Amino acid sequence: MSKRVGIEVSIALAEAVKLANVDVIAAYPITPQTHIVEHLSKVVADGEVDAEFVPVESEHGAMSCCCGSSAAGARTFTSSSSQGLLLMSEILFIPGPMRLPIVMAVVDRALSAPISIWNDHQDIMSQRDVGWIQTFAENGQEAFDLTLHAFRVAEDRRVSLPMMVNIDGFTLSHVVEAVELLSQEEVDQYLPPFKPRYRMDPRKPITMGPVGIPEVYSEAKVAHNEALKASRKVILQGWKEFADLFGRQYNPVETYRSEDAEVLLVTMGSISETAMTAIDTMREKGQKVGLIRIRLWRPFPGPEFRKAAGKAKMLAVVDRCLPPGAVCGPVGTELRSLFYKVPGAPKIFNFIAGLGGRDVTVERFEEMVDKARAFAKRRPKELYEVIGVREK
Amino acid sequence: MISEFEKFKRFKAKNLPKEELLAPGHRACQGCGEVLALRMAMKALGKNVIVCMATGCMEIITTPYPQTSWKVPWIHIAFENPASVASGIESALKVLRRKGKVPKKHIDIVAMGGDGSTSDIGIGWISGALERGHDFTYICLDNEAYMNTGVQRSSCTPYGAMTTTSPPGKKSFGQVTWKKNMPGIAVAHNIPYVATASPAYFLDLMNKVKKAALVKGPAYIHIYSPCPTGWGSAPERSIEFAKLVVETRVFPLYEVIEGRYVMSRKITKPKPVQEYLKGQRRFRHLDEEHIAYIQQRVNADYEKLIRLSEMT
Repeated sequence: MSKRVGIEVSIALAEAVKLANVDVIAAYPITPQTHIVEHLSKVVADGEVDAEFVPVESEHGAMSCCCGSSAAGARTFTSSSSQGLLLMSEILFIPGPMRLPIVMAVVDRALSAPISIWNDHQDIMSQRDVGWIQTFAENGQEAFDLTLHAFRVAEDRRVSLPMMVNIDGFTLSHVVEAVELLSQEEVDQYLPPFKPRYRMDPRKPITMGPVGIPEVYSEAKVAHNEALKASRKVILQGWKEFADLFGRQYNPVETYRSEDAEVLLVTMGSISETAMTAIDTMREKGQKVGLIRIRLWRPFPGPEFRKAAGKAKMLAVVDRCLPPGAVCGPVGTELRSLFYKVPGAPKIFNFIAGLGGRDVTVERFEEMVDKARAFAKRRPKELYEVIGVREK
Repeated sequence: MISEFEKFKRFKAKNLPKEELLAPGHRACQGCGEVLALRMAMKALGKNVIVCMATGCMEIITTPYPQTSWKVPWIHIAFENPASVASGIESALKVLRRKGKVPKKHIDIVAMGGDGSTSDIGIGWISGALERGHDFTYICLDNEAYMNTGVQRSSCTPYGAMTTTSPPGKKSFGQVTWKKNMPGIAVAHNIPYVATASPAYFLDLMNKVKKAALVKGPAYIHIYSPCPTGWGSAPERSIEFAKLVVETRVFPLYEVIEGRYVMSRKITKPKPVQEYLKGQRRFRHLDEEHIAYIQQRVNADYEKLIRLSEMT
């Protein structure tokens, strides 16, 4: 039976990896991911899970090792963050088209320079197009549940793609929350053993990772993209069966008090909880505001998002990433594209907030909603505004 | 002594494996000494192997999708990381065997890269894999420059050699640095087996590859691989150069077994280095002074190696 415990979110996530009976973990330490890999090292050392922990020499080595391990048919996990995620960037693009279902927890953190260990989404947004399925957890329970879901979806033969679960560094990874940990029996019920279609086996030799000459390269890229888009069905099915078994239903996007809302905040990750508090405060003042939270970032859940936006007049889209010289933040750009020339589409305003660990408070969300209303009357010069920056 | 060597049966000209695990029809240049070395290495390894290969000549010539020359499982992820990919495969098979998910039978895992992949961009990855003690063999196929990208210098390019990024000119005589001692770096990891080989001595090469595969833990083989295209040498002379490089003591053949240096072939009457250098366009510009310097360093390096073999 599952048990509800007070647990640090990193440890809960690592417990999910353990319960998934992982075969190989290859990881390199980086703040704020360390508690995940430390705990996994410990459970391997204590024999709580029969796995190989490969203490690699770098994150690039970690992802390279994961590619080998997954190609050999092992259930494979790694975790990284920030500079480490970028060091593995070259290899992140490879398991997708090669259909290697590696699971990774990304503990989101700012990028240098200046160096910062604190949370935002600049690391993951810079790796947006690596061709992995990407989800974002809001709280500890989600971090645990989404990790199990990731193994199940990634390894499903209809999918066979790498998948990452994002948790916010420190503000989620290092907090102690009440999490309902599933029992081994429950996890085994949900997560079948990994049975890859192809693996490195001298009895059945295959060539993996050949040269893509111009005559085949486009087809290979399109095949990967189609696989990523088609994974959506299995992602949804994975969440439905999770709900049937354990009662917690997850969706590609979640809404909060959105039914009659004029302004909808759009968030990803753990700041969504503060956003909900802000919405309650604004609702008390009679404002018609609500929230859409994006859980599934890739493949982007367009239909679900459009439905969630309903008849709202404005979207106040929060990005935790400032792409220098761009038109908007990455989420802002995504939603502007999604709603371009859609009849009755909401007006979209993009707010960039919470960079490098700057708190995004209830007041900040209220400020965004106020500004969105003002911008609806008078179009701003730029399509985004960075919130909470000191002028002096 | 390494106990696995007790069951080792040497290859002889009479008992060479007939089966080709690297199929012909690949796109290597005429006279490529690297693909020849690779073919011999594969014969020595046999079918029960998984090959992880770096980006490079051998990768592109053998796998233009949908064709492949490989009759064994083969994987390519990127340029600098075949040792890490091999680490992952080795770790995976270890745990999957333990869990009864794959047959118990041992599979040799081999990572391969060129000199650029090995001595420059991938050295950290190799060091990591050697240090962690994975049971695998790393083979460096050293053609002494980045040939796949059009002959740029690497840290394994020999002193004085002309490449497109070490061109001789009014103020330069080509490569200004001495060849990096990769086998020595491998030895410094205290791994059980390190060896050098040349395709001109094909039985020696095959026996060393087989020993490397047999040994438990990491093994490193550095194979000299003539490149007519990159060196400006006649394709039909590749094997001749592979022989001359040993006979002039420029590339000595030896093994390092559990830290003990063993000369595979002592060159008591060395030919002058000039005999090796001439006939290769990459050395054509060198004057007597540079050749004398090369001779002097070759002598010194060889003497050092002999001392090591006598000491250990």
